[in-house]
Amino acid sequence: MKTNIVIIGAGISGVSIAYNLAKMGQKGIIVIDKSYMTSGATGRCGAGVRQQWATKSNCEMAKRSIEFFEIAEETLQYEGGIEFKQEGYLILATNNEEVEQFKKNVELQNSIGIASRAITVDEALKIVPHLNPDSFLMATFCPTDGHLNPFLMTDAYYQAAKRLGVDFHFFENVKEIVSEHGQVQKVITDQDTYKTNIVVNAAGGYAREIGLMAGVEIPVYSEKHEILVTEPISRIQGPMVMSFSKNIYCQQVPHGSFLIGRGDPTVPHDHDITSTWHFLDEMAKTVADILPKIGELRVIRQWAGSYNMSPDKQPIISDVPTLEGFFLACGFSGHGFMFAPMTGILLSEIILKKPTTLDVGDYHLHRFKTNTIRETEKSVV
Amino acid sequence: MNKDKIIICRCSDVTLEDIHKLLEEGYTSFEDLKRLLRIGMGPCQGQTCAELVRKEIANFLHQKAETVPIHKTRPLTIGVKLRAIAEGAKDEN
Repeated sequence: MKTNIVIIGAGISGVSIAYNLAKMGQKGIIVIDKSYMTSGATGRCGAGVRQQWATKSNCEMAKRSIEFFEIAEETLQYEGGIEFKQEGYLILATNNEEVEQFKKNVELQNSIGIASRAITVDEALKIVPHLNPDSFLMATFCPTDGHLNPFLMTDAYYQAAKRLGVDFHFFENVKEIVSEHGQVQKVITDQDTYKTNIVVNAAGGYAREIGLMAGVEIPVYSEKHEILVTEPISRIQGPMVMSFSKNIYCQQVPHGSFLIGRGDPTVPHDHDITSTWHFLDEMAKTVADILPKIGELRVIRQWAGSYNMSPDKQPIISDVPTLEGFFLACGFSGHGFMFAPMTGILLSEIILKKPTTLDVGDYHLHRFKTNTIRETEKSVV
Repeated sequence: MNKDKIIICRCSDVTLEDIHKLLEEGYTSFEDLKRLLRIGMGPCQGQTCAELVRKEIANFLHQKAETVPIHKTRPLTIGVKLRAIAEGAKDEN
């Protein structure tokens, strides 16, 4: 069949791009996913949303995305609610290098209007009383950071996009992307062939493979990150507690459970998403160190998902200079969920050749070829 | 009996009516229902509700129950305290 735009991937980025393109008046949009909605990284993520970054681009992306989450239910007319909880991120500095870096981060964040601040151990204990005061030196806190339900947020975009005429095809596998004379022509799946001149690669953990189908080398790889959830209890922790050096994020979700996760820098770069006992052992020790009271909770389930890592740990939101009609939203390095509102807007603007809301120079694919990476994001778990 | 009085998932208080409503809206895979209703996510990990939900999906789709996939079984088999895991891990080192 003939269509205008094919988006590969129905995770948060794909549905946000679909919604924004449709809202800007585009017709004939098809979203194809090899499984059910949020079956990849979106449905596996910790779903925290923060503005405390070390690069200006990421700060801007995050700030504007959070401003969207604040009005998402009304804007997308989503009846169910997205469970947005805005009680901050508390990021612990556990060594002198982090103390220095965090001071710089806060200065940068404040310069673009993000309300983060450096706080003492005593001040941190007033916000999260069950922290072990001996486990960190100082912290930064931004009260407007938060958490929301990744399934419901994706569903909100999905329903809004459907109302605007977007077609969704689940359980359909993309097999081939055909181009001629440097222009995308066709997407062939296990069920159909779509004649189209615009293809969006929002395939998350499989973005590299989708790129290769189109003959485009994207320097990203997938890396397993693991996570666990505890039994639900009454509310004791408002903010996400996070430490880069101790490699942990820990959030009590509105439902009452704690979500606790991390990556392992020694894992191979592949699509493995199996759970390990090693993660459980090591994470239990970290929790006992930083948040001893949480150690009393029972773990009820663990799982894993793929981060799609880019060389500078910043997203790739970009056209492809060597292939007309092929567009990328990938390499989010673990932060695709929280940036999704802006990803959808920016990539739609790029596709429609409109001026972009934010400077997307840092996010162009070209930066890896020309070695013009401006900054590398350090604030990653 | 009213469908809104019939509890299918005891961990998250999901009723038969909740499930039928989403099936009619087009969410017909167990994974979709799990993500929108929290079935299978509570302390019992779907051991109570999974087969009941599978039957409801099968009836709705006019399929045999055994052809309807249910959720992936994940560790742990039973809830274990993080502190107990941390202490156990220490002994092994």
